[in-house]
Amino acid sequence: MALYFLKRLLLSVLVVILVVIALFLLTYAIPGDPARVALGPRANPELIAEFRARMGLDQSLATQLYNFFVSLLQGDLGRDAISGEPVLNTVLSQFPDTLYLVLGSVLVALVPGVILGILSARYRGGIIDRISSVLSVSVMSVPAFVIAIYLLLVFSIQLGWFPAIGAGTGFWDRLHRLVLPSLALGLAWIGYIARILRASILEEMNEGHVRTARAFGLSENRIMYDYVLRIAVLPMITVLGIGIGQMLSSAVFAEVVFGRPGIGKLVYDAIISRNYPIVTGTVLVTTIFFVVVNLGADLLVAWLNPKVRHDLSR
Amino acid sequence: MTSPADSPTPGAAPKPDPAGDRPAKRRGAFGRLISDPLGMLGVVLIALTVLAALCAGMTSWDPIALNPLARFQPASSEHWLGTDNLGRDLFTRVLYGARIALTVSIGATVIAMVIGVAAGLIAGYGPRWLDNVMLLIFDAMKSIPTVMLALMLVTVTGPSLYAVLLVVVLVNAPAYARMARTQTLAIRRAEFIDAEQALGAGQARIMLRHVLPNIVGPILIVAAMDIPVVVGIEAGLSFLGLGVRPPTPSWGSILFDGFSYIRESAWPVIAGGLPIVITTLGFTFLGEALRDTFDPKLGGGN
Repeated sequence: MALYFLKRLLLSVLVVILVVIALFLLTYAIPGDPARVALGPRANPELIAEFRARMGLDQSLATQLYNFFVSLLQGDLGRDAISGEPVLNTVLSQFPDTLYLVLGSVLVALVPGVILGILSARYRGGIIDRISSVLSVSVMSVPAFVIAIYLLLVFSIQLGWFPAIGAGTGFWDRLHRLVLPSLALGLAWIGYIARILRASILEEMNEGHVRTARAFGLSENRIMYDYVLRIAVLPMITVLGIGIGQMLSSAVFAEVVFGRPGIGKLVYDAIISRNYPIVTGTVLVTTIFFVVVNLGADLLVAWLNPKVRHDLSR
Repeated sequence: MTSPADSPTPGAAPKPDPAGDRPAKRRGAFGRLISDPLGMLGVVLIALTVLAALCAGMTSWDPIALNPLARFQPASSEHWLGTDNLGRDLFTRVLYGARIALTVSIGATVIAMVIGVAAGLIAGYGPRWLDNVMLLIFDAMKSIPTVMLALMLVTVTGPSLYAVLLVVVLVNAPAYARMARTQTLAIRRAEFIDAEQALGAGQARIMLRHVLPNIVGPILIVAAMDIPVVVGIEAGLSFLGLGVRPPTPSWGSILFDGFSYIRESAWPVIAGGLPIVITTLGFTFLGEALRDTFDPKLGGGN
């Protein structure tokens, strides 16, 4: 078990290092001289040379990569090309708004997903199962930004139930404005969750200990909630880990459509204004967050799985 | 042992088919696909998209020419889906958009498939260290959330159709690579491969004759499921102004133009979004039906 944890952790660190190298090389490949971009068109050659020396741009690729890693470890992601603020501060200041959005989306996905998953496993082949399976496939395939725009059109513009722009102030206002963007991002994951839960419940139902419980005459409810679900939720946690990462990055659509602040809006604006340090910084922070969430989900699943835990205690 | 009256459970041994089922089994793969209502619906929706792409240019409007006097017209017998903020006929633009969507999604998926399978074969067949390095690279590629990876790449390459292709290949190729790798590893240990080798068959022959045929089915299913994702990526990037350049009509850019003027008219938004919904649903339904038809084991999670 400890070995598994260690291996999984090491793998995550390696993945992050690879991603950092890839991002660095990509930044390097951005067309145009970063010094010129940062200093503007009217900079003279001396200024440019001075800037290049200061930023270490005149050194070899390997040295630059090394410097990039060193400053990264010190939490230095460079400076905003326009405001001059540290990139990390800007990204972290926008992070909470996106996190609320992701949290809302997870709720949107989880509650109906779990209910549908349980019901369709329990009444397999029945009407709920069939409706749920068609529904799952349908919501899974439609892109989030299309859903976002249709929600905006129907519920904000036509019906006027929800404000169209902004994250709001105060708890209830914020919650109110969170509804549509959360729906836009979370809807697709209802399908994934319902499916994976249904499949793992059915698989678990077939296990020996569950059949024994049934033979002893335990009620179906008891079997489902006390025996089956405990194990059957585990694959769902893994899927949810992946889902959180994808929601985090699809947040750009919900934030642009609903005019919300957040890292998606930040990176979008940064691309438009060619503020490359912000783009790289946001991608890096998001990726690290994604890797950490997945690592957490995997470790949690391993920890919660009695089979694994049993092996550990032996 | 359980009683024969037990309800059927997944993973249970298949019962011998009663004689009555035989004719159904003999139907061709396409027949079985069509008999699945969702598969049938998928085929119809895809046919609709293909028809739209073929019919582009047959309407009496120009997809690009501006007509400021006819801005924001609702749907009518003249403009079937109304007009956009520049007075362009939306129906015509949607038809041209179908061409972009289909070429990009099918083209990009095929490229991703070829590159991925090649990488997977190399990983599965190569030395152990190469396999490990490539697995790590696949993992790293999968660890960057899709949209973020797309945004980052487009920042470097600038908005273009090729940027979209590159994004799709990078996002989707690892999945094919993994499938090809797993299959290669599984088959490498099979006895008949040892026999082949003993008979003097080269590596290339083994890959082409034994490994590839085994992965074609599952890979095509994944490809069908990938196409809606690619349609979404293309439209999404174009929506953000980072994909196909205006004035070329892409469903994503139609949707963004509509979004910018959503208070003036709902028609541009409806016109831009509906084809995306139709196409993604079509390919997803088809992919699901293909999976149920050819490979029931592939169901669920991975």
